Amino acid sequence: MSPKKSNITTFLKTIPQNIFSGFVVSLIALPLGLGLAMASDAPPISGVIAAIVGGIIVSILGGSHVTITGPGNGLVGVILVAITSLGLETAYVAVVCSGLLLLILGFFRMGSLADFFPSSAIQGMLAAIGLIILGKQFHIMLAHKINREDTIDYLLEIPHTINDAFHYGTKGLIYAALAGAISLAIMFIYSKIRNKYLQLIPAPMWIVMLSIGFSYYFEIGLHEPNPIAKEYMISGIPSIQNIIADLPSPNFNGFWSLSFFGSVLALTLISSIESLLSIKAVDKLDPEKRRSNVNRDLKALGLATIVSGLLGGLNVVAVIARSSVNVNNGASNRSSNFFHALFLVIFIVFFSTQLTRIPLPALMAILVYTGYKLASPNIITKMFSIGKEQLIVFFVTLIITLKIGLITGIVAGVLMTLIIHIIINKNSGLILRNVLKPNVLMFKEQDARNNFYVSIKHFCSFLNYFRLKQRLDAVPENQDIIVDFSLCEFVDDTVLENINNYQELFAKRGGNFEVIGLDMHDAYSKHPFASRRLLPVPKIIKNSLTRRQKTMESLAENYDLNYHSKKQKNIQFLNTFLFFNTKKINHIYNELYEKDKSIKLFDVEFTEGEFITKNEISSTMLYINLNDIIPQFTLDREGLLEKVYALAGFKDIPIENHSDFSNRFYLLGENETEIKAFFNDDLVRFFESNPYYHIESNGNALLVFRKERLASIKEIKSLFDFGKRLKQVISSV
Amino acid sequence: MSLKPFKNIGIGVAFSPNLKANLFEAARLAVFFNSKLFLIHVGEASTDKKTMLKLILKSFEKDNLNFEVVFKTGKPVDVILSTSEEKNIDLLILGALKREGFLKYYVGSIARKITRQAKCSILLLIKPSVERVPCKHIVVNGLKEPKTEQTITLAFYVAEKLHAEKITIVEEINREAVSVKVDDDKSLRRATIAKERIKLRENSRIKEIIKHIPETYTKNKLIKLQPIFGKQGYSIGHYAQISRADLLVMNAPKKMRFWDRLFPHDIEHILTELPTDLLILQ
Repeated sequence: MSPKKSNITTFLKTIPQNIFSGFVVSLIALPLGLGLAMASDAPPISGVIAAIVGGIIVSILGGSHVTITGPGNGLVGVILVAITSLGLETAYVAVVCSGLLLLILGFFRMGSLADFFPSSAIQGMLAAIGLIILGKQFHIMLAHKINREDTIDYLLEIPHTINDAFHYGTKGLIYAALAGAISLAIMFIYSKIRNKYLQLIPAPMWIVMLSIGFSYYFEIGLHEPNPIAKEYMISGIPSIQNIIADLPSPNFNGFWSLSFFGSVLALTLISSIESLLSIKAVDKLDPEKRRSNVNRDLKALGLATIVSGLLGGLNVVAVIARSSVNVNNGASNRSSNFFHALFLVIFIVFFSTQLTRIPLPALMAILVYTGYKLASPNIITKMFSIGKEQLIVFFVTLIITLKIGLITGIVAGVLMTLIIHIIINKNSGLILRNVLKPNVLMFKEQDARNNFYVSIKHFCSFLNYFRLKQRLDAVPENQDIIVDFSLCEFVDDTVLENINNYQELFAKRGGNFEVIGLDMHDAYSKHPFASRRLLPVPKIIKNSLTRRQKTMESLAENYDLNYHSKKQKNIQFLNTFLFFNTKKINHIYNELYEKDKSIKLFDVEFTEGEFITKNEISSTMLYINLNDIIPQFTLDREGLLEKVYALAGFKDIPIENHSDFSNRFYLLGENETEIKAFFNDDLVRFFESNPYYHIESNGNALLVFRKERLASIKEIKSLFDFGKRLKQVISSV
Repeated sequence: MSLKPFKNIGIGVAFSPNLKANLFEAARLAVFFNSKLFLIHVGEASTDKKTMLKLILKSFEKDNLNFEVVFKTGKPVDVILSTSEEKNIDLLILGALKREGFLKYYVGSIARKITRQAKCSILLLIKPSVERVPCKHIVVNGLKEPKTEQTITLAFYVAEKLHAEKITIVEEINREAVSVKVDDDKSLRRATIAKERIKLRENSRIKEIIKHIPETYTKNKLIKLQPIFGKQGYSIGHYAQISRADLLVMNAPKKMRFWDRLFPHDIEHILTELPTDLLILQ
């Protein structure tokens, strides 16, 4: 909890930094705004209007901190469809309506909407959008305007266009294609060059500046007209007066048509998903580790979209690429978004004539690059490494989105994921019977540590992830949280990916987020996000380590220990301990031990009583092999001891001169005099000053553990450390 | 002050492979609680059946088990309900079923009907056994309801009689009780503070209840309070499962309507997936 600072002074202090980052962002936002608008067949200025309106309204009313708002990549496909089927004026009405819906979503706190979609389906949808952008703009980039019915036709025609580009006859076309090709090369090469001065200006602005310079070179230097063909120059950048004079008059023709509602729905869906994903991603980048108010941001975005639509602009969404540039340039609050809008206004007011000097192919190269990034082959390899079934979902979503439309595509993706989950589990009952159950339990463990403990039952997939998310969001990120999947029969990749995001977030903000209980699940690939299913017969050789196991592996490396993840049946050494008298040990696994095997830590699975198959208990324990003979005893917190010991006729042994110790601990054993002699001042002080553990001695070895559940990595570390120090103290006794 | 809530214990008897285990569980409880055991059989009376029951319960003779066999024909639900009213049964013992292939237990349709309609307390057993499994940990609900005080008191009574050493009182708090919605850091902070305040209030309410319980029942017990923000009736079952409780004690539900069954809540959640033995107190 941070103390109340004088907010105004910090705000004023950070203003120069925010002005600067706002300026840098506006350098990208300008060409991107123009390009995205043109790619959607809207007037180029509409993208800049969206950026300006978004920047001003969201920076004042929004709930996120360092996100930049403006026209989004994902919407290009949808707006394109809306404009071609409805006409420009009615499309603006659709934009206004989708803004209204966004506003409503915000008021109904539907910020978790994006969590209901499986991540492979979202990836497939984004890739499809990328292909839509790439397919259409590639031809313009090489100065070859074509009109086709289907996106796939555009894609198939790319080789022809490349071929044609080598055989252009007219000088105008050659220069235009050259501008496009060079710009694309700049986009690809830019990130590879690490030069301080070069990186000061973002790649899109380099393209803009180079092309404007090129046009001046011909005009002033060579006194020749720009060699690039006229139809491949940006046209129709209105001056600020024209923008105000030419406010679009909304056209309500076709308001009641199906395609209108389809467009509104698609616009709302895509803009909310894109915004929510961006906000989530940007929160991870925020240097001040703040949490965005998603619902408030949705409301602000909705309002901004309404205003933008009325002024003749596109949908306003939170955008990831511009936001990350914003963060990288030192933005610290929403004012940078405001300044980015302000600089855009300045550009339009003072330099609108310069903008007409930009060749269209150069601008489109920026978009082709964006499209490529959305649909890059890397995404497919990543999908494949998570699991083959993800590829099916990915491609189903991708192809149906391209062939039919966005809404149908995403619905198909969701259905496909559901079908695959049912097939994987060979059982529809697990999902159908339990989907409506409140399967997540969270509570604060009532002991000294005050961990949050979350247990999930049945299954956890994109269908019911929102329940888990609700709980996890209610935990401050600087706390310790343990998520236990051991009662959960199936966990899908969407959940694991999100869990991974939480882990990163908690790690950055000083908390600790641990996942336990996945070690007994079988995975379908080696990727940490691969869906996992609890095996009914835990005999099959597992092919992948969980994150916890991997961390234990690296722990072993760092501390010069040995690690062994496989199950072992060699468990006789445990049977001499009183604790296991009434319990049957199944096996131990995840063994972590010192080279000489004197101290070893392991997860142990045991059952209580023969006939109770239900209570299979897993716990993490530490075994210390001592070289000397010590008395047999059991030490635990006062009162926590189980009945077994009382049955054996043991009584609490008081240690003289250490009433605090005797009050706090329960010490049991047969040979009272030996135990009293053994617990000398050093040992007592050690126990008094260290956290509580259940400690048992069988005469020549010690068994140490805390809880009857698996320990998190943090707990493992402290347990191991405790054991080491305990061994030292005892060997010095 | 000494409690004696369970004077008469009833159990439905069917001649199934589980018979011996069921009878042993019931007989043990009758001995623990010092009550009379009624064996209710749906069907015709016959000396064969009687001798068989007597034979099984022979080993309890030394404990002075007082039992009576009741034969009555009719529909199982009606017979058991009417008999338990006639004989003034305070505690009815029912068995749960195991879901095929899974280690999950649920309450069958007959037992569920009885549970809903019975006017006495119900004990649902998930794993009756011939040999006694010690009951170590009892989880009891601490809902803010008039019945709760009595429920907690009886839970302590049961713990004393069964020699359980640990009692956890789970206070389920509806998440709606926290008026602050978590949106960002600020509201999270406020929500956390609000939660802490509610927890303290709930804990002091329960502590007040425990104070009123005769000390004979509370001494030598490890008492734990666990506030949980979650769905009422569900969270406690889930908690009982992960904390490996041996017995879950709950208030009897308020009157059920049709809608309550269609959209399961409170105790219905627990009946569909019984985490452990369940005692529902009237």
